[in-house]
Formats: sequence, structure tokens, C-alpha cells
Amino acid sequence: MSNNTVSDEHNHADGVDRRGFLKCMAWAGTGVVWTLSAGILSSCTLSQASNATPGDFSFVQVSDSHIGFKNVPNMDVTSTFQKAIDRIGSLSTRPSFVLHTGDVSHLSMPAQYDTVDQIFKGAKFGQDQVYYVPGEHDTFVDNGKAYLDRFGQGSTANGWRSFDFKGVHFVGLVNVWNLKAGGFGVLGDDQLAWLKKDLDGLSASTPVVVYAHVPLWALYPTWGWGTTDAEQALSMMQRFGSVTVLNGHIHQVLQKVEGNITFHTAASTAYPQPAPGDAPAPGPLRVVPEQLLSSLGVRQVTFVQKAGAPVIVDAQIT
Amino acid sequence: MSTHANCDRRKPGWRTALGALLVAGILPVAGCAPTAAAVSPAAGLSTPVPPAALVTLPPPKPAHPADTTAGPSVSIENFNIVPATITVAPGTTVVWTNHDDVEHTVTASDNSFSSPAIQTDGQFSYTFSTPGTYSYFCAVHPFMTAKVIVQ
Repeated sequence: MSNNTVSDEHNHADGVDRRGFLKCMAWAGTGVVWTLSAGILSSCTLSQASNATPGDFSFVQVSDSHIGFKNVPNMDVTSTFQKAIDRIGSLSTRPSFVLHTGDVSHLSMPAQYDTVDQIFKGAKFGQDQVYYVPGEHDTFVDNGKAYLDRFGQGSTANGWRSFDFKGVHFVGLVNVWNLKAGGFGVLGDDQLAWLKKDLDGLSASTPVVVYAHVPLWALYPTWGWGTTDAEQALSMMQRFGSVTVLNGHIHQVLQKVEGNITFHTAASTAYPQPAPGDAPAPGPLRVVPEQLLSSLGVRQVTFVQKAGAPVIVDAQIT
Repeated sequence: MSTHANCDRRKPGWRTALGALLVAGILPVAGCAPTAAAVSPAAGLSTPVPPAALVTLPPPKPAHPADTTAGPSVSIENFNIVPATITVAPGTTVVWTNHDDVEHTVTASDNSFSSPAIQTDGQFSYTFSTPGTYSYFCAVHPFMTAKVIVQ
């Protein structure tokens, strides 16, 4: 059962072998809710989780809405984004806020940002209840100007930010600026310096949630699915008891656990992409129409008092 | 792997659920941890179907028509730039055609020139007047790289 093994041998207190660990993928199966309690990873089925008591607070992650995309397999990404937000509205506990982990738009156009903004507002999520980070589709046309004009309020420099909510520290990182030929996502020295300062004053017992667009580990370098200088950021987080990293970009749900850090990539609300290396290219997967909705998703993240790490549930938007 | 605790505190139905997971080829790491289980998603949640389990349509155009351009042409297909290296004389206009379902760009590595987003079946042309080696990439998918040699 190597695919799901979470091996304690990789749980290095000194983190020296982090690079080695990155090669050791611990994919977790979908259909299982992962929880971390007293440092032990455990799992529940979704049906068990739904019978449990409500948590302290929850939030929702949506990703890769790609408003403006119009091609196989999804000719109406606005409609599927609307369904995703409706799905959030059907949750028994209303989330405290929403994280959008980028590729809000397909082509960085103000009208595409408008669409997303309006759908959120229609679901009574005001701009102060939705936290965004950009994807490369939000920056490549105009170097992110329209994105920052719309969603950059309260953020630093090219859109990174942090905030605290009920004792949990949230950090939104931007790894899609200044992309270089042949390269991956990149955080850059300015953001890393900011991050160091941001984390410096925090107690090690503070649960940390990091959200960004491109995965913060070398998930599949051939397709650029990784962030060049992510290890510098992750090394700053080793001292914390619980770090949860949420990202989008690859349009599918994957998980990995590395010591105190759990990585979760999210489904898109627009279209799926192939599993790493499972196709000639990482473009939209031409899924049959009847399976489109079941390939898309939203994610609910619930923090439980005293538990440290959150409970994470990925759900289809149907 | 290590064996985790709490197995004896499984709720009724766990065995059935475990069996279902095993049938589905998913092997849970450990038992449910009641101390941390506290989430209340809407009933009937199913996780998104993973890409490998999806049924896909056949490719749209097994053979797209040949690029019709007056000068040298470069094709973008399956996130590849073909040919990856092209050599032309000074003053030559090179034409790129995007055959993918998503937009790409032709962006100089030193940012000296860049196309806008090239739509599906769209084209971009650029005239190289000065000898040299021009490396370029796709600004949306930076792993796509190629070059034009002007001599």
C-alpha cells in the first residue's frame, strides 16, 4: 500500500532530507477525509465525517474557475462556477470565508473578474469574505494589473497577504509572477523576506494555512507543476505543529504529507486535467459531457477546537 | 508503515466502509480518530472523480490541415513547439500556429517581443531582422521553450 503510506521515517525534525522527501510521494486516496490528531494521521470515510459534530469554524476553497474558457470539455465555465458556489450554499454550516486559489480568469480580463465577483456577491460573499491569490492566467496578459486592481486590496506588493482567523494564521502566497522560460512557479526573494517577517512572531503552536496557486512541491516538473523556491518557504514552517498547504493549478485532488506539513491540491470548477504524466500534455481533459460535473469540485476545510490541523473534505459540485 | 491507534473505537459501519474502500482500490492508513472528526458537510458528498477514472472523448482533429503560411512556420501542438529550433535568414517572417485547445504565447525569454494569447487555430507572426539566437517560451506554460536562429 505504498501509495497511501505515510512513513514516519520521513518525519525529520531537522528537515535535512526534505529534498529526498519530495521524491517520496504519499498520495492519499480520494473518498477519505484526512485528519491529524496528536501528530497521527488518521482517516474517516465521508459518511462517518458527516455524522460528526460541527467544528469550530470552516472555510471553503475554490480554484481554477477559468472564466472565459470556452472549449471542450466545458463550453460554459460560468455555469459550473455558479454550481460550485451553489454547492457551497448547500453546506449545513456556512463557511466563514472563501479562498480562491487562482486562475480566477482565463485571460485576465476585467469582465471575467466581474463575473466571479458577482457570483460570489449573489451568494452573499462580499469582497471581504473572499481571499484570492492569482494564477498565471490572471497575470500573463497584463502582468496582473487588472487582477490587482480588482482583488489586490489589502495585499502586499504583487498580491501576497496574511491574516488571522480564530487563532489560525493564513498566508496567501503568489508564485506566478516573473515566470521564466523553462521554469516553474516562483515566489521570489521579496516575498520570501516578507514571509520570514510574517511568521517570525508566531508561536509554534499556531496552526498555519498556506494557500497559493501552483503546488509548493515538485509534483510533476515535466509539466512545470512545482515552485522553484518553495523549499525556502517550507523550511520557515518546520517549527509549527500544523501546516496545511492548499493549492490549485493542476485541476485534480491530490494529497501529500511531509512531516508537519500536509499538501492538498484542489479540483477546478471549470475542467479536469490529466493525472501527472498520464497524457502527452497537461491541457483540459476531454471528459465526456455526462462526467464533467463529477470531475469538478469544491473543498471544505474545518478547524476543530484543540485538534490543531483541519478536517478537509473535497466534494463534487453536482 | 506504522499502525495507528483507535481501531477499537470504530463506529458501527466502519467495517462496511472499509470494505467499500478496499473494493475501490483505496487503502486507508488508519482508523477513524473520533477526537478530530468534527465536520459537517452536506449529506451525500462525493469526492471529484480523479482524472484517470474519467471517460474522455477522442482527440478533436487527428490530423489538422497543414499550416498555410508564405514563410517558415512553427506549430504548437500538445504543448510542444515544433520545430523547437528553426534557422532563418535575416528579414524572415516566422509564423506560429496554435493547434491546442488552450491559448499559448510566443514570448522572448528576454521579453524583447511577445505575442498576445494565441487562440486555438490562431496565428502569430514576427519578423526577425537582426542575426542572433532568439530563445522564447510560452508565458502561460513556461516549460514550453524553443528558439529561432537568425543567420
